[in-house]
This record gives sequence, C-alpha cells and structure tokens, in this order.
Amino acid sequence: MAQEAATGAPLGTEGASESEGVRRRDFINIAAVSAAGVGGVAVIVPLVSQMWPSADVLAESSTEVDIAAVQPGQAIKAVFRKQPVFIRNLTPAEITAAQTVDNDPKQLAALRDSQTLAQRTKEGHESLLITMGICTHLGCIPQGAGTGEVKGEFGGYFCPCHGSHYDTAGRIRKGPAPKNLEVPEYEFSGTIVKIG
Amino acid sequence: MSFPWSKEYKPSHPLMTWLDERLPLPRLVYNAVGGGYEVPRNLNYFWNFGFLAGLCLVIQIVSGVILAMHYGGDTSVAFNSTEHIMRDVNWGWMLRYGHANGAAAFFAVVYLHIFRGFYYGSYKAPREMIWLLGVVIFLLMMATAFMGYVLPWGQMSYWAAQVITGLFGAIPLIGEPLKEWLLGGFAPGNATLNRFFSLHFLLPFVILGVVILHIWSLHIPGSSNPTGVEVKSESDTVPFYPYYVGKDGWTIGLLMIVYSVFVFYMPNALGDPENYIPANPMQTPAHIVPEWYFWPFYAILRSFTQNFLIFDAKLLGVMAMFAAILVWFFLPWLDKSPVRSASYRPLYRKFFWVLVIDVLILGYLGKAPAEQPYVFVSQLATMYYFLHFLVIVPIVSSIERPDPLPFSITESVLGHDGAAKLAKD
Repeated sequence: MAQEAATGAPLGTEGASESEGVRRRDFINIAAVSAAGVGGVAVIVPLVSQMWPSADVLAESSTEVDIAAVQPGQAIKAVFRKQPVFIRNLTPAEITAAQTVDNDPKQLAALRDSQTLAQRTKEGHESLLITMGICTHLGCIPQGAGTGEVKGEFGGYFCPCHGSHYDTAGRIRKGPAPKNLEVPEYEFSGTIVKIG
Repeated sequence: MSFPWSKEYKPSHPLMTWLDERLPLPRLVYNAVGGGYEVPRNLNYFWNFGFLAGLCLVIQIVSGVILAMHYGGDTSVAFNSTEHIMRDVNWGWMLRYGHANGAAAFFAVVYLHIFRGFYYGSYKAPREMIWLLGVVIFLLMMATAFMGYVLPWGQMSYWAAQVITGLFGAIPLIGEPLKEWLLGGFAPGNATLNRFFSLHFLLPFVILGVVILHIWSLHIPGSSNPTGVEVKSESDTVPFYPYYVGKDGWTIGLLMIVYSVFVFYMPNALGDPENYIPANPMQTPAHIVPEWYFWPFYAILRSFTQNFLIFDAKLLGVMAMFAAILVWFFLPWLDKSPVRSASYRPLYRKFFWVLVIDVLILGYLGKAPAEQPYVFVSQLATMYYFLHFLVIVPIVSSIERPDPLPFSITESVLGHDGAAKLAKD
C-alpha cells in the first residue's frame, strides 16, 4: 500500500519523458471524475423536478360553466386552476367601443399588444369575452367584473395594484401591464362553456 | 486585526488549558469578540448596529424555531394555526408579535448599519469583501422576510406571494415556466406554502453562516472608524472586551426598550390589518403594499410604466428593483476616492444626504397608491437613485478636494499625538 502510494503520488512531478503522452492513471482520473459528475447531475434532476406542479395540481385543468344566465352588461367570475376567469357578456356599446379601435388601423397599431375583438372571441359568440382574471403585470385580480366595481378609463377592467387599465376587449391600454388579459382555451356546447 | 500589541489568550484554569490544546474555541472567541480584538478607540454609536443586528438574528431564530412547533404549513390549517398561536398557545401571542416585530427591528438596525457603511466609506479597500458579504446577507434577509410573511396565509400573504413570484414571470422566455416552478402550481397554493415554510426555516441559518464569514473578513483588516484613518499605534485602539462589549450592552438595552414598546403596546402598528383576513384567491385587496422595509424598492418597481426598446415596462421595473440593490456590489469600485469618511469629503457629503432624502421619498411613494402624482415623483426619485451611484459617485470621487485628514485616530481624539510630532520632526 505504502509502496503504491509512493509510486503513484507524484502525478505531475514525474520526469519529462514519463509525463508526456496519456497514461493509464490519466484515464482512471478522467473516468472517475466523469462518472462522479454524471452521477451528481443525475441526482440534481429529481431535486429540481419536484418543484414543478404535481400531478394533482395538473389534474385540475378544466372547468365547465353555464353561461345561460349572463345578460348583456353582466359578468361572472369562474374558477379555473384555482384562478379567476372573467366571462363577460358585452353590451352593444362596449362592442362598438372595442370595434372603433379595431377599424382604425392607426389606433390598432398603437396598441401595446395589438389584437382585435374578433381575435379575442369565438365566432358566433362575439359578445362573450372570456379572459383570465389575472392582471398580466404581477397577477392581481382586476376590478370591473363585479357590479359597482371600477372599470377603468377604457370601460373594461382596472387593476388596483399598479394601475393597469384594460378596455372592453380586455386589451391593455394604460399602466405597467405588458399584455392583454389572457384568453384561455375554451369551447362551447350549448350554453355550457368548457375552459381548459 | 491582530496588532502587535493585541493581547494573547491565556487560559486561567487547567481545564481551559486542556481544552485550548485540543479545541481552541475559547481562544477563537477571545480573539474575535474578546480582549484579544483591538478596536479603534474613536468609534461612535453608528458602530453598534452590527452587534445589534446579530442580536436580532438570534431573537428571530429562537422565536421562529418555537413558532414552528405550533404552526402548520398547509393551506387548510396555516391561517387557523396562526390564530391558534395567538389565542391558545401559552405566551404564543408574545412569540408571534415578537417574531413579526423582530423582523422590523432587524431591518431597522440593518438599514442603520448600511447607512454607516455608506457614510463612512466602510466598503473601501481593504474592506470590500465585508461589504459584498453584507449585501449578500441583506438579499438573504429580504428573501427570508418575504417567505415568512406568506406563512400566516392571510390576504396580504397570498397576494404578496402572487405579486413577488409574478416578478419572475417578467423574465423573457423562461419567465412563465420559472414562475410555475417556483410556485409548484399556476397560482400560490399548498405546494408554495410548504416550500416557503421549509426555506424560511433554512435561510436564517444560511444568514448565520454568511454573518460568520462577514465577521471573519472584518477581522482581517480590523474595524474601520469615523475618521477613516487606519490604526497606526497602540494608543489608537482599545480591546473589544470590556470597552465595546460594555458599549454594545448599553445599546442593547435601548433597542430592547423600543422593541418592547412595539411588541407589548403597539404590536400591529407596522402590520397590515388586511392580513387578518384569510387568503382568498378570488379577491385582490384594493391596495397591496409590502411591509415598510420594502417600500423604497417597491416604488422603484412601480415607477416603470412605459415600454422601452425591446423591454416591456414590467421587465424594466423588475430589473430596476433588483439593480437597485445589485448596484451596491459595485460601490467599492464606483467610489474612487481614497478618503473613506464622508466627514472629510465636503462635496460627496452633500450628495450623500440628497440620496438619503431620495430613498426616504421612495419609501413614502412605495406605500402610496399607484396614482398620479405619486407615479411621476417615483420616476424622478428612481432616476436620481441610479444617477447617484452610476454618475454622481464616480465623478465626485475624482474631482473632489477632500478636507485634511488627522494624522492618526489618537490625534483626532486627543487633539495631539506624540507620534505625529515625532513624524514632523
């Protein structure tokens, strides 16, 4: 043992003739460090992965809502993935307000996140604006869906946290939010809307 | 620092000699915070806050470990177990109020400690590493305080978690997945609360570790002092024990009086009443505000309302908020003046006080609602904040003509120094 150590220890300090070229010991060193490295990374994978949403959280991925009772001018809040969804039946005046912007290329291009009302609703259900009730700034719930709530300068939604104003198509018009209110995946079957 | 005249540890009992030869722990303590550590004789009261910050950390760890024995980190019980601590656990109200106000005291003390560093140039060579570790401690404190605030699972807890993790969502491309990874869901939930509890328990011990490194690096050059002139001779220093242990002890008494007034007479003065309403993911409070110690940074976050080039307003706000602290890491190199103490820097001193006022204004604005004129004023104040560090400090430090420094610490205290006379002759 002592003899082995004596001959093996001075790795880089051997004579010039011996240190040139690849030796068996270099191979063992590289192989050992590589194996330890791969093993270390392999251990990190589950440690990082456990932080992602778990199976039961992912399972709550769709919600069905009956919208028969939602009259023009009314809005309801549904729950989707433990977050609020706004289902709003727009009045003709609100639709006109949104379309005025849609039909003016200048105004449309000036939007921070340029989309038309038609792009944000489903064909045949143009008056139903379904968006996440999550401000795209930092995730507060905007006001405007409940009766008597402030709707902001553009008549849609207003986020009280940092003052983002959304219009009647849920588009960001003023304040720090970068995007329009997110439109989730949804489909109609009769008066039932399935979100997610 | 170990000066040639520093006293050596001498065990007074055979048992201590036995221990010293096997594990010289008493020797370590003696040299770190005992008679073996020589400290400048002219330190003013601003040098007490490091010791007080250490005390606050101990208070937080002791009260926190006990609170964890009665708290349940699950969304179904978190709020109720917090009320259980307040109403049913023996002395639970005192422990929780002590812990909540202890966090405020910790930040107050640390802000004064940072103030000292700024004014007296404590970050300058050869003490850069102490400063860098200090900024690391401050960042860890902010993370710990935030996660602790989420634990009672009241309305402000929930929405603080939503807003702060939303900050990470602003990062391009990886933002949204990163946010889901941090939350363990699409919105703050049980997974979020549980991991925050685990990390809130862990991080104070990480802070303790960095504090030890902070003190270790302090003991290489030794403490700075109000003149910024380095120690030259034995007459410049006094041993830490008993001189500064006594002085620190007296200020501990003062801090405990103020702390007790809060804990026992106005325990909710600094808290938000909204947090006594259980978390409701379906309803945002009308006015989300962080605790007072985050106000200046919150104001900077909110001051960005317009997109600029490829960056949207949200990302700019987030970057500015982090940059507001990260810029401190570069301070030792942005400030090129060889004179440490602002007492001898007439021009820098003026700008320093303007910065203090600017930060106080930002603090006020961070609490105010997100309306005009507050937003506009916070934009100006944010601009000045960065102007100070990136433009004013480098320029002032290169054009300024500092006042003459005293020959030595002794001369600054006594008005004369034998060694100074000797040097002149």
